Amino acid sequence: MATDTESAAPGAGTNFGVPNEKMGMWAFLGSECLFFGAFISVYVLYLGGTGDGPGPAIFDIPFTSVSTFVLLMSSLAMVMALAAIQDGDMRRFRTWTLGTALMGLTFLSGQVYEYTVFVEEGMGLTTSAFSTAFFVLTSFHGVHVSIGVLMLGALWFMSFTGRIDTSQRSQTAVENIGLYWHFVDIIWILIFTVVYLIPVDLLT
Amino acid sequence: MTAVADTPSKGLLSRPGASSGWTSWLTTVDHKKIGIMYFAAALIFFLVGGLEALLMRAQLSTANASVLSADAYNQLFTMHGLTMIFFAIMPMSAAFFNYLLPLMIGARDVAFPRLNALSLWVFIAAGIFLYSSWLFGGAPDTTWVNYAPVQEVGPDPAGLTLGGDHDQRMLFYSLGLQIAGIASLASAINLIVTVLNMRAPGLTFMRMPVFVWMSLVVQFLILFAMPVIGVALWQLMFDVGFDGNFFRVDAGGQPILWQHLFWLFGHPEVYILILPAFGIVSEILPTFARKPLFGYAAIVFSGIAIGFMGWGVWAHHMFTSGLGPVANAAFGLSTMFIAVPTGIKIFNWVGTMWGGRMRFSPPMLFAIGLVAMFTIGGLSGVTHAVVPSDAQQHDTYYVVAHFHYVLFGGAIFGLFAGVYYWFPKAFGKFLNDRLGKTHFWLQLIGFNLAFGPQHVLGLNGMPRRYYTYPSGMGWDMWNMVSTIGAFIIALSVLIFVVNLVKSVRSGEQADADPWDARTIEWLSASPPPPHNYDEVPVVTSRDEAWHRKYAGGGGEVPRPVPAGASADHAEHGEEHHGEHIHMPDPSYWPLILAAGLPLAAWGVVTGLWALSGIGLGIVLLSAFGWAMEPESEPEPHAESEHA
Amino acid sequence: MTQSTQTPEHEGEEAHSHPSPGDYVMIAVILAVLTALEVGLYWAGEAGTPPVATVPALVFLTVVKFALVAMWFMHLRFDRRVFSRLFVGGLILALIIYAVVLAMTVL
Repeated sequence: MATDTESAAPGAGTNFGVPNEKMGMWAFLGSECLFFGAFISVYVLYLGGTGDGPGPAIFDIPFTSVSTFVLLMSSLAMVMALAAIQDGDMRRFRTWTLGTALMGLTFLSGQVYEYTVFVEEGMGLTTSAFSTAFFVLTSFHGVHVSIGVLMLGALWFMSFTGRIDTSQRSQTAVENIGLYWHFVDIIWILIFTVVYLIPVDLLT
Repeated sequence: MTAVADTPSKGLLSRPGASSGWTSWLTTVDHKKIGIMYFAAALIFFLVGGLEALLMRAQLSTANASVLSADAYNQLFTMHGLTMIFFAIMPMSAAFFNYLLPLMIGARDVAFPRLNALSLWVFIAAGIFLYSSWLFGGAPDTTWVNYAPVQEVGPDPAGLTLGGDHDQRMLFYSLGLQIAGIASLASAINLIVTVLNMRAPGLTFMRMPVFVWMSLVVQFLILFAMPVIGVALWQLMFDVGFDGNFFRVDAGGQPILWQHLFWLFGHPEVYILILPAFGIVSEILPTFARKPLFGYAAIVFSGIAIGFMGWGVWAHHMFTSGLGPVANAAFGLSTMFIAVPTGIKIFNWVGTMWGGRMRFSPPMLFAIGLVAMFTIGGLSGVTHAVVPSDAQQHDTYYVVAHFHYVLFGGAIFGLFAGVYYWFPKAFGKFLNDRLGKTHFWLQLIGFNLAFGPQHVLGLNGMPRRYYTYPSGMGWDMWNMVSTIGAFIIALSVLIFVVNLVKSVRSGEQADADPWDARTIEWLSASPPPPHNYDEVPVVTSRDEAWHRKYAGGGGEVPRPVPAGASADHAEHGEEHHGEHIHMPDPSYWPLILAAGLPLAAWGVVTGLWALSGIGLGIVLLSAFGWAMEPESEPEPHAESEHA
Repeated sequence: MTQSTQTPEHEGEEAHSHPSPGDYVMIAVILAVLTALEVGLYWAGEAGTPPVATVPALVFLTVVKFALVAMWFMHLRFDRRVFSRLFVGGLILALIIYAVVLAMTVL
């Protein structure tokens, strides 16, 4: 770890000339494809398994479209934060980081609200195979968003203690958390289409 | 290092500094210490799993025996499978990855040393958690494959003989394996980056030792297989712990889904278990035959081919589940095809030994043992690819015989070969030769006595997983032979443990290169210093160490290279000598973080949500402490001036 | 992954031309428009447009959005190829095996 001198370019001295941390993050994201792929496939498989409970007609498309939009824009804020720290502008970095985290929190509160409505309308985790698949898929996505929010909060906090500064090391850390954040966004892009938008009568 | 001195210490806990004593082991981030601890923990689990096997064989030695109750038998064979696969063979392979990969690629350590320590502790935490199930009223009891719906109703739905809470046993299964999976996944990411990005100057992909290649393939298999079983395990948890409906037919679920997800993971898992052993024997055979490995490229590419094809054969475990003729035919074919790359390896190993000047030391004996025994297991595997034949063999002892020939005759023989081979590197002492040879012959005889007859038993119709059988089925004699064989294996393993203890204390001294070996880890001292190499070797050929000894030296003068990286830094004008190489400081956080996971899981099992909260709190807090931790504690200036 | 040279393997030569914040805003606007189109397609479906028309369009838009975020926000377009290989490797494997599982369970 003593290789992380301030002067060295990120990833200097490695075989691919890229930082280890970033390569590790991409490998992890490759692995996550298999994780979410399984949950999305199971959801598709159980579209017809609604039993006596409500089916996909329960979804509130306008509401979810708004929270989808918020999550998309949080990705924009995230790249802005990265651009800021790469320019050495810590003030701008803090603003965008906080903004990203707050948009993530907005998305999460939207999810909590949506869950509450569904439960009131008679669709809980245990209602049917369809409802279990829906809640577990979307809540695992929610858990990923929450972890992202925690990491962004930690970045913001550490930018005040000096642990996150304009060094290459810090930039790589921000870039990595950004990659994670965009990945979570990408997964939501898929979930939004597969779960909410595609008409179900075709698939059942 | 200047960069270190101007980083102020702002961590939540200061980094521990001890480099010896027991705390240094608990907080170490040194891949060699971690590797040794991986081995020690895996050996303990191996002995426990073996004990479970002996109890089962005692029960099956005669017809209508009553050594074990049905319930105890169910728990024992489930735990035997889980223990041997997830807590013995996988971590024992991980011990070799950890100890050897950085040495073999000429790196100072792995890419993420603290993450490496985390993998170790999480694996141990998972094992403790799974075994704690016996304190909570019973271990998982519905086989290691744990099909739906038996996972939900239990082996005794009417409650005739079993009391207790079956759902709780399933939570131990689900969460225990989930935690173990986290350890494997973290370790896979770590080692992929290490091998791809931290090789010594000149160590191109096609110069890498075969063990490094096979390890890399295994890490990719783990990387992509673990999330699949992870999903299945979460689904199981939601079904049994929170009344979910993933596998409940009455609520629209499909039990077959579990089988697909399980075997999507489970078949790559087979290669996760066997490929490290293949890598080990590919190092040992050339050394002891004193010939280069025959067909290096063929062995490497067949290993990669196995890595790809391993994803296309999972449904051969499900031929009797009614997939239909098209799927059965397709997977039967792909299963026959995957025997080809394995066969290529076997022929290359035989070709390596052909005409060699063979030395039959214990590592070589075990390596040859693998080639022979695995061939038997591989051939019986091909018989499963024939769908009608498989329908006959399914869930009989024939299958048990088959996978013990590949996993015991393959993986375990290979891992023992590796222990005998690299023990002198790790400890600077040999394992005793005579005890080693006794161990080998007893194990070989015991193994064939234990599992050979099970082919016959299976073809005669004896089903797996039944806790007893009536006499008069023609099974009595072979069962007795099998039990005797199992106890002979136990004796051989006992000899191994005695050998290990004796040799660690007072083994014959070994120098840096006691076997006249071929790969670069033998260029370092035995045992290697914490920073592995004073000067990172520049690699100019395959079998670099051999090349230097017998082909007129290395050719290039080794370049000094700083800690952690592989090249280029030396060109920044910094001079490094052994005592200046700065290795990462130890850390408390991996151990603390790992401790949080089983706490959270116990909370789920018992319904004490506060406990789960505390566990998760520990995980989050230590993750934060981890992120805040400085690279290393600032050194007192006087020391760094005069060192 | 099959070949390598002595020194760092510079595969993507364009590793340094980063997009500007203006580019990022542009991408975000496109993403927003595509999302609006998707929602529009949903309502078109509700209003009676046959799924044969809407579903392929929805899938196409989703793939485009996915690619835009991965290539621009995650820099895959500008970065070393090793990253794309790790990620796309997992993605393709997931697509193939889960498609086969779905086919085998549904049929």
